[in-house]
Amino acid sequence: MEYELVVGLEVHCQLNTKTKAFCGCSTEFGAPANTNVCPVCLAMPGALPVLNKQVLESAIKLGLTTHCTIAPYSIMARKNYFYPDLPKGYQISQYEEPICSEGYIEFDLDGEKKRVRLVRIHMEEDAGKSIHDIGEETYIDANRCGVPLLEIVSYPDIRSTKEASAYLQKLRAIVRWLGISDGNMEEGSLRCDANVSVRPKGSEKFGTRTEIKNMNSFKSVENAIQYEMERQIEVLKSGGTIVQETRLWDADKFETRPMRSKEAAHDYRYFPEPDLVPIEVSDELLSLIKAELPEMPEVRATRFVSQYQIPEYDAKVITTDRLLADYYEEAAKVCGDPKATSNWIMGEVLRTLKEKAIEISAFPIEAKRLGVLISLVKQGVINGNTAKEVVFVKMLDEPTSPQDIVKRDGLAQVSDTSAIEKEIAEVLSASPTQLADYRSGKTKLFGYFVGETMKRMKGKANPQIINDILKRKLESV
Amino acid sequence: MSNFVFSSYRDLRDALLSKSISVESVVSAYLSRIEAKAHLNAYLAVFKESALAHAKVLDEKLASGKPIGKLFGMPIAVKDNIAMKGEKLTCASKILENFTSIYSATVIERLLSEDAVILGKTNLDEFAMGSSNENSAFGAVKNPINESCVPGGSSGGSAAAVGGDLALVALGSDTGGSVRQPASFCNVVGLKPTYGRISRYGLVAFGSSFDQIGVLAKTAEDAALVLEVMAGEDPMDSTSSNKPVEDYARASLDPKQLRIGVPKEFFTDALDPEINAMIQTVLEKLKAQGATLAELSLPHSEYALATYYILATAEASSNLARYDGARYGYRAKEITDPTDMYVKSRSEGFGKEVKRRIMLGTYVLSAGYYDAYYRKAQKVRRLIRNDYLNAFEQVDVILSPTSPVPPFKFGEKMHDPLTMYLADIYTVPMNLAGVPAISVPIGLNAQGLPIGLQLIGNLFSESTLIGASKLVEATREHSF
Repeated sequence: MEYELVVGLEVHCQLNTKTKAFCGCSTEFGAPANTNVCPVCLAMPGALPVLNKQVLESAIKLGLTTHCTIAPYSIMARKNYFYPDLPKGYQISQYEEPICSEGYIEFDLDGEKKRVRLVRIHMEEDAGKSIHDIGEETYIDANRCGVPLLEIVSYPDIRSTKEASAYLQKLRAIVRWLGISDGNMEEGSLRCDANVSVRPKGSEKFGTRTEIKNMNSFKSVENAIQYEMERQIEVLKSGGTIVQETRLWDADKFETRPMRSKEAAHDYRYFPEPDLVPIEVSDELLSLIKAELPEMPEVRATRFVSQYQIPEYDAKVITTDRLLADYYEEAAKVCGDPKATSNWIMGEVLRTLKEKAIEISAFPIEAKRLGVLISLVKQGVINGNTAKEVVFVKMLDEPTSPQDIVKRDGLAQVSDTSAIEKEIAEVLSASPTQLADYRSGKTKLFGYFVGETMKRMKGKANPQIINDILKRKLESV
Repeated sequence: MSNFVFSSYRDLRDALLSKSISVESVVSAYLSRIEAKAHLNAYLAVFKESALAHAKVLDEKLASGKPIGKLFGMPIAVKDNIAMKGEKLTCASKILENFTSIYSATVIERLLSEDAVILGKTNLDEFAMGSSNENSAFGAVKNPINESCVPGGSSGGSAAAVGGDLALVALGSDTGGSVRQPASFCNVVGLKPTYGRISRYGLVAFGSSFDQIGVLAKTAEDAALVLEVMAGEDPMDSTSSNKPVEDYARASLDPKQLRIGVPKEFFTDALDPEINAMIQTVLEKLKAQGATLAELSLPHSEYALATYYILATAEASSNLARYDGARYGYRAKEITDPTDMYVKSRSEGFGKEVKRRIMLGTYVLSAGYYDAYYRKAQKVRRLIRNDYLNAFEQVDVILSPTSPVPPFKFGEKMHDPLTMYLADIYTVPMNLAGVPAISVPIGLNAQGLPIGLQLIGNLFSESTLIGASKLVEATREHSF
């Protein structure tokens, strides 16, 4: 029998607000333990939470972008459980009446459009961290207590590990594009649990599912789901039944294994959080947030193609990241040559980012400086090779303007025809063999003469002028 | 004002401003009385040095001619479930016996900014759960009027402090009657404002959607003055209201304009006949002054107590989860793992009544029971609230007993929690409805025990409530 995989994902996305969800503490990552804390996030007796409006706005932004219904009235709830890194003994979350419901995310996979429906998106707070590696005792770091999260719950619409990964990638791209999260999976800004089941191909009925936790990279998600699918098929084929349970992915052992039932068997006793008033989203707030939404990648790519006349492929690549797209537009504006700018980004810029393993936000050459560099080439001040191989490389290491580098290092292009003509004459007279070969039909040697001339002129000659003069000389004699 | 006993803040303020006495001498007199009446067990902590030091600062402030606050020199006691930075915050529980707060409640900041002097922290039923103050881990409080009787609860220490002249005013908290019932038992005024009128930031939560800080004082005017200072929106409490704060202390009413509702559900066989008779006397006097009386019905009253004990305990079970021994408070010795730490610390740290309510609340929120209990109780709560809102379309205030019985003896009701819960039968509905209510003393019964009556107002109608309270107070002055 052939089996079909059925997966639904629950993704926790850490928001990048400056302050926590319910108090004014900083959310800064990596601060010394228990320094970003206050009576509220430490759950001191008598302290009360107050909802950070930015958390609500982020939730609404994501909800609008993923075609959800935004609840005009929603409530926070308490999820009660005891854990040492949960100071209040409950997590403030949403249960009944979440802020966003019934939406979808669409993405391309192998040339086809795939849609995964969303059950809901809700707001909640993170817990602290238990630290076990100092001596015998366990310590608590409460810096992360109260850091805002969105939980995005999908319908079981995913049918392959590739789809699961593509869905996550798309979700990550959306939150980054909206600027509400850095979407970094390895650092835990995106955390994913998967509900996995299998069923005979063609069957309408869902099989019994297991919940897989602890997948902290895109690769883990693929591997864990793949493993779990194979495990379930194996169980069914050997006549067994699937137990509904929570299983942990162990990336080292490359397997999922059941959590102890004690850890999984929770009655969270959800009830409305009485310390927070119901959240009302007015039409005014909604239209305000709508107006603030950035132009989405697909829309922007289409605009790039028509406005800047760049290839669709380039437009798509440049719009995978909002900051990259912003970078492109700024540089293009500065130099006035969108096509050349696109070539630079697709070539030098993306290659450098990849080599250095950095994001565009950390790229040492600001959009404006790149724009000026491109315009120097356009104006003939330097040639393209000098720009790429010399000036661009220097700009990576120093904040100097391209004009200053050109001036300081004497890189300006030589367009003086008599000087170039003189050098060409020297090259031709020094290469009688090549000249004879050329004349006998080896026209490929044209490049050799250009190269030799450029070498003599330390790469600074205007290549177009070399071409013109050389062509004339070779043809005339 | 002989022996520095004042019948109202106005008397004290006049004496201070005329410089016939100093704040220091007043505070010193109160501190001496607290010491002399230590056996009442009204206070859990007395801030002898800091109160005297503060008094001196205030005296200098007055002498220097600087502007003085609305509560200048007012000696106030604070229920020990309200946070003060650097002071212990025990909630009369073993679990917080050695806990010191790292911040102050909003109300404390506001009182201090108006030059009140805080004398100390008062005893209470553990985590404000109780009606007799017998649930304190640090011993019961004696009623200053009759020391063989309980002072009521849970703000028993605060009521005893004001009733025994160990403070001029005291803060309490009222979740189901915890300010009003002890006020009536100790012969003082007890005001529970509208839910949201005063910030709860720094009040240790029992039932978050019910809790409200209240004032115990000798007169309605004093209570109103302190309310004025504490009321108003607080960015630290999103359930605090942004409605403007009125001049509550100056509120007054023409009795001829006053429509008083008398709910038939509150005057039944459950009510002590003598209390009933005393209330009828007051009603007749008010009527004689021109007030209109109207019998009315609050049809869902009989469900109030059950509804309250489902919802308030549900919230309490969650609110008290933070006392787990992990970060602060009592932690049991000899623990093996986190679960063992929770079980032992909480079993040893909490008292019987608190544990009873945590279990009750946990039960009603549990899977399979939520709909039958919590959700249904929420619906009934709405019906009860509507009863009140409907009634206030016809009347300005509702008048009722505060307690069905006079102050009772120690141990009398401790054997049966249900009997104890019935002590709150007239005070609980207002916390369900969120409306303000006040208990005003109307005299002593034949045994010499204090009796109070309760006035209930519409949401945010504290001015009306205070105005009506002054009329009730006046009926008493006329009779004595």
